[in-house]
Amino acid sequence: MWTYVGRRLIQLLPVLLGVSVLVFFGMHLIPGDVAVLLLGEKASEADLARLRHQLGLDQPVYVQYLRFLADALQGDFGVSLRTRQPVIWEIRQALPITIELSLAALLFAVLIGIAIGVLTARHPHSALDTGAMVFVLIGVSMPVFWTGILLLLVFGGLLGWLPLGGVLDTGMAIRRISGLPLLDAVLQGNWPAARSALEHLVLPAVTLGSALMATIARMARSTMLDVLNLDYVRTARAKGLPEGGVVARHALWNALLPVVTLIGLHLGLLLSGAVLTETIFALPGLGRLTITSVLARDYPVVQGVVVIGAVIFVLANLAVDVLYAWLDPRIRYS
Amino acid sequence: MAGPADPVQLTAAGTAGETAPRAAALSWRRVRRSSNLLVGALIIAAVVGSAALAPLLAPYDPVDQEFTAQLRPPAPAHWFGTDEFGRDIFSRVLFGARIALRVGVVADLIATALGVLLGVVAGYVGGRLDALLTRVLDITLAFPYLLLAMVVVAILGPGLTNAMIAIAVVYTPQFARVVRGVVLSVKEQEFVEAARALGAGAGRILARGILPNIVSPIIVMSTLTVGFMIVETAGLSFLGLGASPPTPEWGSMLATGRSFMLTAPWIATFPGLAILVTVVAFNLVGDGLRDLLDPRLRGRI
Repeated sequence: MWTYVGRRLIQLLPVLLGVSVLVFFGMHLIPGDVAVLLLGEKASEADLARLRHQLGLDQPVYVQYLRFLADALQGDFGVSLRTRQPVIWEIRQALPITIELSLAALLFAVLIGIAIGVLTARHPHSALDTGAMVFVLIGVSMPVFWTGILLLLVFGGLLGWLPLGGVLDTGMAIRRISGLPLLDAVLQGNWPAARSALEHLVLPAVTLGSALMATIARMARSTMLDVLNLDYVRTARAKGLPEGGVVARHALWNALLPVVTLIGLHLGLLLSGAVLTETIFALPGLGRLTITSVLARDYPVVQGVVVIGAVIFVLANLAVDVLYAWLDPRIRYS
Repeated sequence: MAGPADPVQLTAAGTAGETAPRAAALSWRRVRRSSNLLVGALIIAAVVGSAALAPLLAPYDPVDQEFTAQLRPPAPAHWFGTDEFGRDIFSRVLFGARIALRVGVVADLIATALGVLLGVVAGYVGGRLDALLTRVLDITLAFPYLLLAMVVVAILGPGLTNAMIAIAVVYTPQFARVVRGVVLSVKEQEFVEAARALGAGAGRILARGILPNIVSPIIVMSTLTVGFMIVETAGLSFLGLGASPPTPEWGSMLATGRSFMLTAPWIATFPGLAILVTVVAFNLVGDGLRDLLDPRLRGRI
């Protein structure tokens, strides 16, 4: 398995190199002088020239690219034009929020999706089944940003059960260990903060996970229906195993496989949805950072976010492939 | 990261060579049996109708501000209520259908044209050019969709047209991949070999032998992606990267609606519902077409 992972990692290098070329030259197409953006319109020509020299902007483009690449490999993406903080610091602040949100959304999608799939498969063509499948069709087509607004309206506004956005209640603070708010609060045994972090996580996670949940439910239902008709399940039943045991011990495992494939296919949608979800719930994650930077024409941050985002995305895809082969011994690492 | 001989692509695409006669056999009886397809088509017809007739149907001008009627809830005078400037939301939703359809269809046409071009070139020419194109496509596929679209918008600048171009660019590689797979499998088939032996040139082989095989997967894929393109362009507008406020665009209407969610929930409700209904319709039609034209595409597209 490790040789497979190693080979896949090596195959990723040219892709990531391509991403860096695309991003670097893409950003170079944007009209505007970085030195002017940094110093303002009123800066003197001498100051501008000095800054250009400092940033290496007076060098040929390929030298600039090689510099960008060398710095990026060391985790240095320059300084944000907007906040004057190192780009990598900005990303390190924002990334854990997005990771926690995505993991929570995945957890929700997988647990609830499989539960709905199994339930409907055990009672096919019942009212429950029909209702759930209509729900699923709507769930698949719901735009993330609208789901978020409606959930906020109902559970945050009308019912008042859950907070309207943010990461923690105002006035609360946790020491930063991993950067994942919920995890940090739990690690510190700060239960009020953990509770608050959890309450703030519920709606965003449901918003982000609902489309994937619906897809998983549909897939789990159809594979469960197939599996429940197979001979080995009949044998298990014939042995006198209780139905719940048959479903949980024998059928479910086989229904998991296509779900893993689905997660792989949906990773891109999940990360895209995270941008929208963070905007709706005012979460200071990577998506929010990207939007603010694009709107503020903060190019160093955009470059950094895109490269880091692509790295995470391809690594996550690799993880899914490895998991897939691990779950199904018929698939070889090749 | 698929190489030129990706087995999944080859086996899956191998089925597409036999699809042309099936597409021809498409009959009204089979269309009628697919109720999803009909329901979807009816909804799309309604959306197209309201877009076309928006100036006649809309009771108000979509950008006219009526300061005596701000934030009014739905009532006979304003069916869907009014927004913070007293603009009639029903009229704005109707005119929004024009923008959504135009964006979806134009972006789809751009992505289809580019995707077919790249896919045919990569698949038919093969060799180094194919390897290079496949690499570039893999790189763009290595981005989460919205992130790539945001990069394109960052380069071109915000605006509805640029958002549309960005979405088209994002989808081009997917079209190109499918087309390339089909071309790769078709060009190895005997009838192509026979045509070549008879002295047919590349142009004739492409036009008569290969393009007909691309048609049905492309129709299915285009229909399925129109819906997603509408949602994603609306998403870009929602984020402030697409249409700007006075334009009656569904995504930017939702963005304003978000600020008034607790006091005037109707501002966000109706454009959201419009997006949902339109997208469901395109998904129904896309799924229905796929099952009609080529059930074996299921799971691939």
